[in-house]
Amino acid sequence: MTEKSSGLTRRRMVKGLGATLGAAAFGAALSPLFRSSGMNAAELMQRHYKELTPADKQAVIERLQAEAKEAFGVSISIQDPRPTPQTKFVYAINLSVCNGSGKCVEACHKENNHDRETKQSYIRVLEMPKGTMDMEQGNTTYNHTVPSPDKFYMPVQCQQCDEPPCVDVCPVQATWKEKDGIVVVDYNWCIGCRYCMAACPYHARRFNWKKPYLPAEEINPNQGYLSNRVRPQGVVEKCHFCLHRTREGRLPACLEACPTGARVFGNILDPKSNIRWVLENKRVYVLKEELGTKPSFFYFFDK
Amino acid sequence: MEQAPSDVQSPSTHRVSYPRFLMRAISAATDGSFLFYAWMTGLTAVFLVGVNAWAHQASSGMINTHMTDHVSWGLYIANFTFMVGVAAGGVMMVIPAYLYKDRKMQDVVIIGELLAIAAIVSCLLFVIADLGRPDRFWHMFPGIGRFNFPMSMLTWDVLVLNGYLIINLHVVGYLLYMRFLGRKPNPRWYKPFILLSIVWAVSIHTVTAFLYQGLGGRPFWNSALLAPRFLASAFVSGPAFIILTMIVLRRFGGSRMSDQPMNTLVKIVRVTILINLLMVISELFTEFYAGGAHTSSARYLFFGHGEANALVPWIWSAIVFNIVAAVLFMKPDLVKHTKLLVTACTLAFAGAWIEKGMGLIVPGFIPSTLHEYVEYLPSHLEWRVAAGVVAFGLLVYSASLKVAIPIFRGDMRFEQAPPKETAEK
Repeated sequence: MTEKSSGLTRRRMVKGLGATLGAAAFGAALSPLFRSSGMNAAELMQRHYKELTPADKQAVIERLQAEAKEAFGVSISIQDPRPTPQTKFVYAINLSVCNGSGKCVEACHKENNHDRETKQSYIRVLEMPKGTMDMEQGNTTYNHTVPSPDKFYMPVQCQQCDEPPCVDVCPVQATWKEKDGIVVVDYNWCIGCRYCMAACPYHARRFNWKKPYLPAEEINPNQGYLSNRVRPQGVVEKCHFCLHRTREGRLPACLEACPTGARVFGNILDPKSNIRWVLENKRVYVLKEELGTKPSFFYFFDK
Repeated sequence: MEQAPSDVQSPSTHRVSYPRFLMRAISAATDGSFLFYAWMTGLTAVFLVGVNAWAHQASSGMINTHMTDHVSWGLYIANFTFMVGVAAGGVMMVIPAYLYKDRKMQDVVIIGELLAIAAIVSCLLFVIADLGRPDRFWHMFPGIGRFNFPMSMLTWDVLVLNGYLIINLHVVGYLLYMRFLGRKPNPRWYKPFILLSIVWAVSIHTVTAFLYQGLGGRPFWNSALLAPRFLASAFVSGPAFIILTMIVLRRFGGSRMSDQPMNTLVKIVRVTILINLLMVISELFTEFYAGGAHTSSARYLFFGHGEANALVPWIWSAIVFNIVAAVLFMKPDLVKHTKLLVTACTLAFAGAWIEKGMGLIVPGFIPSTLHEYVEYLPSHLEWRVAAGVVAFGLLVYSASLKVAIPIFRGDMRFEQAPPKETAEK
């Protein structure tokens, strides 16, 4: 009997030892988690953008500005311009004029504080053989003098759909369409499941696979909360029609950079706007119309 | 407090017997032969390697995976999808056992339910592994987060997967506890839940298919056949894994199961594997006969696109595995040939894993929505994380089987004091 019970206690001791060792190993295995800095309670507990009071929002913005100062040693200013009433932004590109220079891609990269190492941008330009509209014939990695005589060029970015599939699929409502038609992402609410990237038919969404790298002197300090502020790691981002500029009456960076004047941007509700004239007088079309996404982004040919 | 007669327990005695049930369960789950310890230690080691890899991923970002903006889901979501099928497939033991009142099946039905629990646990872990911001997981909790229900199919999936987990935990927990007490389970407390679990098993895989098939921008997934195909292959992979489990238990666990339940499962797989093949053929015919741009993913998957052909060997292996397994399952007395049976089940399981894992998720992204061909094969880190999740699922499965089998055999019973130590071994 004593032999048996001592065997049992020994067994219990070995089990206890095993459990302790296991727990210690588990803690050690998880240790890389605690090395990551930049995590704080305020960020962890932050509510959804639409639930923030003006005071909350102010506190969040001040925290983000302080964090940027600490990380880059640069003073940045984060604004949160809201949509103007009676405004719906629409974009159109004249494919007869676009020469594929990629200046828009570059301007987007700089304006929106994209990661320098991956040369990220919200715009991709397809080089297409003349005589087809089949994207399968397109090439995004062309590397020669442009324009090539037998080619035309089609820049693609977020189409700011009126029926955005990306918004429908988001499990946590971290992305939504604003009153002026811009689809935005709350970078502090996105959980990084990337369902929206699977749902988007236009390859408009990007994921922060790592913390974006930016040299301090290249940071654009004029930032918007829902647009070009430096994004956190692990969240999705997308083109926001430069809302920190356009809601203040300026034009998107990609339009200003365009050397050929192919890009037309404006408020479709304004009868005197250029964009309204283009939509009324040119034969415009949208990408993948059959999907029913109703893009606010149009393409047309001049000649 | 009044003392109830020993054969009819009043609810108050559960306060004594339930903790003892849990203690005995923990003790049984951690006791075993040298082989059992080796198996569990090995799984724990793999699990810890996975935990460590995931911790690296969570701290320095998912840049160390091979996923890109083009192929934004990879090994994790592929395994998640497959595991949902395994979980749903476990129910194929419940249907004959309770709907058709197959007595022999009722003795082993617990294996299917435990497999469902372990597979769902793995599914949930795969979803967490795939999140860019696991620290914001709470945003998905109804009530405190912002739950985009009913619009987002992912919220439906969260509900049905957790619901399925709870239903199965309840049924298994109740049946085991009653057996432990030596009492006849009261059908009121488990029959409705069993019937519910059958419907629910179909729902978890249907909703998971809807995640993909509802996306108009991804022609490879945007097919009405996806959900039925998911179910057919689930009813291959689930039962195939249960058959393998039974063979292992018979070899190492001293299990005294009869051949009959296994034969029922073989009959099920014999049919479902053919239904699955038929649907694959139907899908391929539609893709390749008509042609056009929406078939480019299927062309890439089966034949590659120029230099880009990373998935070609995978998918052809799956096709060969499925066909060989289907032929083997046709053998009428397959149950009597253990080696052939193991081969058939392994091939069927591996075939479904490729076809519904990497073979389904990755080509959905290739070519991309702008028709770019960017390839994907998992990185070392992804394999480590995935292996860790699978190891954890197997740990749950092994430990719970270790508890359930002696209880169901009647070797582990609640005894009124004094407890006899001889029941230990």
